Amino acid sequence: MAPDTKQPLVVEEISVQEAFEEIESGVVLIDTREPHEASEARIEGGRLIPPATLLATVEEAFPDKSARTVVYCRSGIRSATAAEQMMELGYTDVVSVEGGILGWQALGLPVISEARLTDEQRNRYSRHTLLPEVGATGQVKLLEAKVLLLGAGGLGAPTALYLAAAGIGTIGLVDDDVVDASNLQRQVIHNTERIGDSKTSSARRTIEALNPDVEVVEHNYRLDSANIIETIADYDIIVDGADNFPTRYLLNDASVRLGKPVVSASILSFDGQISTFVPHEGPCYRCLYPSPPPPELAPSCSANGVLGVMAGVMGLLQANEVIKLVLDIGEPLVGRLLLYEALGTRFTELKVRRDPSCPICGPEAVEVPESELGAFPDYEAFCGGHVGS
Amino acid sequence: MPSVRVPPVLRQHTGGATEVSVEGDRVGSVLEALVAQFPETKAQIFSEEGDLNRFVNIYLNDEDVRVLDGLDTAVSGDDTVMILPAMAGGSS
Repeated sequence: MAPDTKQPLVVEEISVQEAFEEIESGVVLIDTREPHEASEARIEGGRLIPPATLLATVEEAFPDKSARTVVYCRSGIRSATAAEQMMELGYTDVVSVEGGILGWQALGLPVISEARLTDEQRNRYSRHTLLPEVGATGQVKLLEAKVLLLGAGGLGAPTALYLAAAGIGTIGLVDDDVVDASNLQRQVIHNTERIGDSKTSSARRTIEALNPDVEVVEHNYRLDSANIIETIADYDIIVDGADNFPTRYLLNDASVRLGKPVVSASILSFDGQISTFVPHEGPCYRCLYPSPPPPELAPSCSANGVLGVMAGVMGLLQANEVIKLVLDIGEPLVGRLLLYEALGTRFTELKVRRDPSCPICGPEAVEVPESELGAFPDYEAFCGGHVGS
Repeated sequence: MPSVRVPPVLRQHTGGATEVSVEGDRVGSVLEALVAQFPETKAQIFSEEGDLNRFVNIYLNDEDVRVLDGLDTAVSGDDTVMILPAMAGGSS
């Protein structure tokens, strides 16, 4: 067998510090990562050429094959491969940055980022931004999101805590109630010293202490047909943890009309239900439950017990749905009803379909003119519960 | 025998049981067998005319029986019939 006369190509690597000095003095700089990585943090002056497009595009982008060229990626592996490929194409002076942008950032060297996070935010949300599904871009989306919680009680308390920790920039709270000692078994956003304080103000203080990035808007009133449109109009997503049917139907009808997604959960004793209603993409609450049960067949939590932990489990499933909707990742519970039964530790998933005869979101539902938005039937008449949260 | 999953609001009428096995080869006959055994569950499930109440959903496994054959939907021995009324608890 004839010996292989082709010389193996040896890629020269330079340190981050050397790269910094070379870049300062002016070289061709190629960033061989994916666009989502580059949007997080990149070195100024670099040209983004993702690995899959390198062979097809690099010669047109950089025709001078003798120019000094520095290639970097996240850690130095992809850039070494890219440098080798360029040498095979005839480039004579290509080097790869050992350690990549991770090493660059570890030395505190400057990067530019499309996602405008402060240094404090980069640190606070670092466990988020390390996730490719979130990243700095996703964190900025969370910080720009406006989420309204119906109820600062059982479900609202854990949901609000985790959404606040996650950096949801604006959290609205609708609740006209005050903190009672019997709430504290599950409403973990309040505490013993706050007994007698309004729930929205108690929740606001907890959230502000947890995360100063969050702006809390208190809606300290009962939700009714006269104020619901105005209340929900400015929010991107509504989280329904209401304790009564009138509010749930009222919210559904208003949110479908305004096209607002609703993450809806309910709890009773050891049982919980959750689904995500995205208007016209999936079913609405009325597709699932066309009419409310009579009061005698629909006990609420105050008349019946509920395991405090249930509020945490279901409230955090709601928070998770909200974050997925904001980031547009994963598969929200659209068209699916998830049941959790705590005694058996059993999750059951049921299919929920759009009801073609739904009076609210069906094809024959009448388009409501602006002037009639907010004109809802008298919900208090059909169910014993109060319209509030 | 098919089993019936009992929701929290009905458990006071089933002696606390969360799941009950009853005879029946249709959704309708399964529910009737449940009602025969626990008569107080009837008002939650059936209207006075004997139809399914609008406010309660009946599922066969993971599918709403309204998109199947309703009360005539065939049920086999290892199927689960679930009674699913709306729940409103959450906040107070």
